[in-house]
Amino acid sequence: MFRKFAIALSLWAAPALAQDVTTYTLDNGMDVVVIEDHRAPVVTHMVWYRSGSADEPVGESGVAHFLEHLLFKATENMESGELSDTVAANGGSDNAFTSYDYTAYFQRVAADRLPLMMQMEADRMNNLILTPGDIETERQVILEERNMRVDNSPSALAREQLRSVQYMNHRYGVPIIGWRHEMEALDMDDALSFYDLYYSPNNAILVVAGDVDPAQVRALADEYYGVIPAEENLPERIRSQEPPQTAARRLTYIDERVSQPYLVRSYLAPERDSGAQETAAALVYLAELLGGSPFSSDLGIALQFDTNTAIYTGAGYSGMSLDDTTFSISVAPAADVSLSDAEAAMDQVLTDFLANDIDPERIDAIRTQLRASEIYARDNVDGLANRYGAALSQGLTVQDVQDWPTILENVTAEDIKAAAELVLDDRKSVTMWVAASQEAAQ
Amino acid sequence: MKRILTAIGFILTAASAQAEVEIQQLTTDAGIDVWLVEEHSIPFVAVEMLFEGGTSLDVDGKRGATNLMMALIEEGSGDMDARTFQRERESLAASFGFSAYDDSVSVSAKFLTENSDQAVALLAQALNDPRFDQDAIDRVRAQVLTNIASDEKNPNRIAGNAFYAAAFGDHPYGSNSDGTIESVNALTQEDLFEAHQNAFALSRLSVSVVGDITPDEVGPMIDSLVAGLSADGPALPDRVEFGLPGGVTVIPYDTPQSVALFGQAGIKRDDEDFFAAFILNTILGGNGPQSILMEEVREKRGLTYGIGSYLVPKDHAEMWLGSVASANEVMAETIDVVTDQWARVATVGVSQEELDAAKTYLTGEYPLRFDSNQAIADIMVGMQVEGLPVEYILNRNDYINAVTLDDVNRVAREILDPDALHFVVVGQPEGLETSE
Repeated sequence: MFRKFAIALSLWAAPALAQDVTTYTLDNGMDVVVIEDHRAPVVTHMVWYRSGSADEPVGESGVAHFLEHLLFKATENMESGELSDTVAANGGSDNAFTSYDYTAYFQRVAADRLPLMMQMEADRMNNLILTPGDIETERQVILEERNMRVDNSPSALAREQLRSVQYMNHRYGVPIIGWRHEMEALDMDDALSFYDLYYSPNNAILVVAGDVDPAQVRALADEYYGVIPAEENLPERIRSQEPPQTAARRLTYIDERVSQPYLVRSYLAPERDSGAQETAAALVYLAELLGGSPFSSDLGIALQFDTNTAIYTGAGYSGMSLDDTTFSISVAPAADVSLSDAEAAMDQVLTDFLANDIDPERIDAIRTQLRASEIYARDNVDGLANRYGAALSQGLTVQDVQDWPTILENVTAEDIKAAAELVLDDRKSVTMWVAASQEAAQ
Repeated sequence: MKRILTAIGFILTAASAQAEVEIQQLTTDAGIDVWLVEEHSIPFVAVEMLFEGGTSLDVDGKRGATNLMMALIEEGSGDMDARTFQRERESLAASFGFSAYDDSVSVSAKFLTENSDQAVALLAQALNDPRFDQDAIDRVRAQVLTNIASDEKNPNRIAGNAFYAAAFGDHPYGSNSDGTIESVNALTQEDLFEAHQNAFALSRLSVSVVGDITPDEVGPMIDSLVAGLSADGPALPDRVEFGLPGGVTVIPYDTPQSVALFGQAGIKRDDEDFFAAFILNTILGGNGPQSILMEEVREKRGLTYGIGSYLVPKDHAEMWLGSVASANEVMAETIDVVTDQWARVATVGVSQEELDAAKTYLTGEYPLRFDSNQAIADIMVGMQVEGLPVEYILNRNDYINAVTLDDVNRVAREILDPDALHFVVVGQPEGLETSE
């Protein structure tokens, strides 16, 4: 028996209530976001640079990530490794990450250690000192990282090929960690010229989340970061954009280490833009409707329940991107089903979706889950910090972040249909088959 | 309902701030002990339930039954088939997680205050009255078989399966808890009902609740979740000794980077030297960039992206493990460096400075763990499983601080044994061969 419960959330629960988020800009152009959460005496301190792998010079792929590693070496005021040692000695943890559009550094520590974190993070924004030995050793480390994350993983190698086909002209087609032959050639000059240009307060966002007082954070930020001069030659963020795609593209990746064949269909799709997030919001629903849950999505029901075509189906979309992003669908065929038949079944689902009305109950269920996920998100202040840091380094504003739940709330069936028509266009597609052998790729 | 109220506040060692966690210990009408932390600032509740036993309770010849059973709990129960159940769960925006481990199965639930009655009723139905419909069995079985096949081509899983098989032989720890292609293919609906009966025994249950709920509501909620479960389960497996002697096992596999899993016998969780060993492991390989292994293998030589070591005190055996990945050309050098450091620490020991740094880190880091409802629920259920009292939270840093340099270095001498260290390497490592 299927019982339907009416869900009415009386209050709109934003992830961090607006009054818990304070923002301002320092005189040198550094943006600051403070998120208050006083449940535990902990603070997460992050600095995000609006520079990632897609901002690298041609031929130097991987330098943004390489530099991220090198930022843990010596400065004029700290020995190599001292920053992490100091964080650990204070009972905290620290790390960093690099993506296409940003590089970010963070520490998580007792709230009253915030001044020390700021002092050290501000220091390495301007005072890095590298030795030839650092370059040699750390280049080996990033090559081992590439080995681990990519070369030892057939699915990661396949994804690299897919993106290089999806993005003909945009740097999103080049892996964040870099192509091996270019990583092997990275040198001190490459790292330092990226550092000197981009590691500047007017290219950075400070995010402080946890048991803190916004006024005190502001005073500390002025003291430690406010004294660093802005970079006057910071270039405008202009990247080569994708040309209109007018022909479907296909590739097959063969690797003996693949045990389960699968296929991925990827379409170029619009991202969340400042003041214009509606299409992206509709695409979030589209991904859920097509491949969110195997039990209720169109692909799951058609390929995993009504027929025994697939053992896995899924759809993915993330609107967090400075430039055009992707909407993707994945299918892993059942044991006796070919990739070709699985793809045909997937295409039939897409065709049916475009031809038919959307069940309003499904939209309501997704709406309810998106609301709830905002409530659950409040339990994770680090996640909220990441949300703001990523948004501000990818062209969105604090207002955009705070508008997003309401925009999601207001998506209609017509919006979803229009977004589907826009994105699910064969001529703008890339289809990849992954299998262990040519025989298996049928 | 009996209620003991214990309020725990503790001071951060490295800071002046004070973290306060107020744990209430309740006993439900049905006799279930529950640890509760009320947190009304966010309108949801997190429930963690853990039943000791786990996949080690698989009946002979039915390897993989507990794992498959746990994957099927959310695939139909009561009068609902899999799709009906999941649509119901999605409409409530509740999240249920069911996991199987060597020594336990766990249930993690998260649901909104506003529809908690419906969410709890749905979860209770899944736990007490699963259907194990044949079509659901067949569908999920196909997914498990895919996982097993994938493991056979995954270097880390190849290494793990070989390591544990050599260390524990016929004991359940010696085989993959997913089962084999043959054993999983042979599982029947009856086997799954039996696995369900065996895995969910009330005498082996620990429960924690955190969130927007009052003590009066907790008792009836927990009692309803476990109303249909059996009082006790079958005998737990026997103790087993770590049976892998020192040496190297190379498993050829065509991949550019070799992976290694290494280890030796470890130490029991309730051993009086456990804290000394725990601190020693933190210094040796437990604490990221500050550890000896990271310094020697990555920072000085660039031989890896990451290396770590771990104390693994299971219920019936103990291990001291480590893992590392290095390019085929340099894996032999990595193993030399690890073995040298293992030997150096065993004989020379660590310094007072290293010990002090590890203590400061561990005592400072501990209070920071209590930063979300979900984290507190996890910590509380873990403490109950280990038989620790609520007051442990207050005393834990004292236990760390009480460990002396003599303790740590005595434990290093007594336990760390470079000759007993075994490396299972998967890849094409140059200059490295299987040896005892």
